[in-house]
Amino acid sequence: MALLTLSDLRVRYGNVEVLHGLDLHVNEGEIVSLLGANGAGKSTTLLAVSGLVRAFAGEIFFDGVPLLNLPSHDIVALGIAQSPEGRRVFGAMTVLENLRLGAFRVTDKNICARSLDWIFELFPRLEERARQLAGTLSGGEQQMLAIGRALMARPRLLLLDEPSLGLAPLLVRSIFETIRRVADEGVTVLLVEQNARAALKLATRGYVLEVGSVVMEGRADALLNDPSVQDAYLGG
Amino acid sequence: MELFFQQVLNGFAVGGIYALVALGYTMVYGVLKLINFAHGDLFAIGAYLGLTLLVSCNLAGILPPLFVMPVVFLMVGLLVALIGFLLERAAYRPLRQAHRLSAVVSALGASIFFQNAVMLIYGARFYVYPDFLRPDFTVSVFGHSLSGIRLLVILASIMLMVMLSAFIHRTKTGAAIRAVAIDQDAARLMGINVDKVISLVFLIGPGLGGTAGLMVGLCYGQIDFTMGWSYGLKAFTSAILGGIGNIPGAMLGGLLLGLVESLSAAYVSMAWKDAIAFLALILILIIRPTGILGERAAEKL
Repeated sequence: MALLTLSDLRVRYGNVEVLHGLDLHVNEGEIVSLLGANGAGKSTTLLAVSGLVRAFAGEIFFDGVPLLNLPSHDIVALGIAQSPEGRRVFGAMTVLENLRLGAFRVTDKNICARSLDWIFELFPRLEERARQLAGTLSGGEQQMLAIGRALMARPRLLLLDEPSLGLAPLLVRSIFETIRRVADEGVTVLLVEQNARAALKLATRGYVLEVGSVVMEGRADALLNDPSVQDAYLGG
Repeated sequence: MELFFQQVLNGFAVGGIYALVALGYTMVYGVLKLINFAHGDLFAIGAYLGLTLLVSCNLAGILPPLFVMPVVFLMVGLLVALIGFLLERAAYRPLRQAHRLSAVVSALGASIFFQNAVMLIYGARFYVYPDFLRPDFTVSVFGHSLSGIRLLVILASIMLMVMLSAFIHRTKTGAAIRAVAIDQDAARLMGINVDKVISLVFLIGPGLGGTAGLMVGLCYGQIDFTMGWSYGLKAFTSAILGGIGNIPGAMLGGLLLGLVESLSAAYVSMAWKDAIAFLALILILIIRPTGILGERAAEKL
């Protein structure tokens, strides 16, 4: 059985329906990437999984547990962490405080300390900047912090929303390599990306979203070689 | 010079009280972006509850003298905190998804409700804390004899502020409060229960405000049901002066406003002290629209 299943998910903002019955699943150990243009509903999908946006119909199951009526803080406790669009780090707090907040639901101090070591190993830059206010970090460093903060929760499923947005190409590569390392350590990843080529190279499987529904899905290498995907998202 | 020292002491005493009340305004603003207009009335309830506990329930007679004040402070703090908690549940939480203006109107309504409740329960006349509760002793500092009660009020308010700062900056729960003040949705993604944090803020703010009400009773003796309005306005001014949403700002703003007020009462005119206090506010807002410590715009608490 899949770790995460969304079935016939429908979300509306006010009167506008933005997800028209989305079906999607993520198996344990996979990296799944969601592709699509702006406004296709990628971020909304992640927000719905985290419970920050409420679906009015459909179902979300995580490891057999229905998420639809759970408050966000309990969804985190089940093992789903998100690095949201726009990073959303706590700018007036230090890097270390941000990371500690990521482990808010982790009560065991030893686990928390080990997670911190792990994050500093993945992102040595964060250790150098540990005492600095998060708001003073560069965009790339803030992205590392947002991902590291999500990982501090020791999630089984990591939701990443546009980790490459606004970053220099070299930095994008290093962030993607880190995501690969994280996945190799057993964290399942659901990734939303504009950078379709890089995302598909990293992913096991992919979904293509258009105006609120899945129009194509398949293995990442198949999508990468699909002429219509190449035309629409990979720049030919 | 004697007058100057006396007035500085008076200024810090009333300033400490303003600061304690201002903390409630600023913390609630930090997490909800709402001015809790009922906060001043919670402070007044603290003053009345203190009187009831000390005199009507005769705790001052029953308990050993050394324990009376700590116990009554604790009880007033807890009771007013509970009222604040219920206020949030009844008047603000149902409006969480509504327009912000709705919550402001609800706050004004709650203020009128509390003020009239106090008037109906206790009556509209002045009440006086009896003299035996307010020992008139003096302490000699650097050759100046200073009012002991005022020194105690200053010490107590500083102690409470230090405890609050330590809680906000050194504990996990404190970090959660700051996170909610900065970005509620991001805080939810950390697994923080935002509703719980808001409830906690409505326990802490009114708790501190209630004890400040008790301090006013002990320090100045006289209380009345409109004191929530007059002190509340000054405390709100303090919060703005320091930069609303900013905890050290509320402390600084309160102490500063108290000082300005008491020095202008001594050296300019008693009748003009309020005008001068508000003039100081206007001047500072012209020079620094975000308040004295409001520059770090991202720092909400």
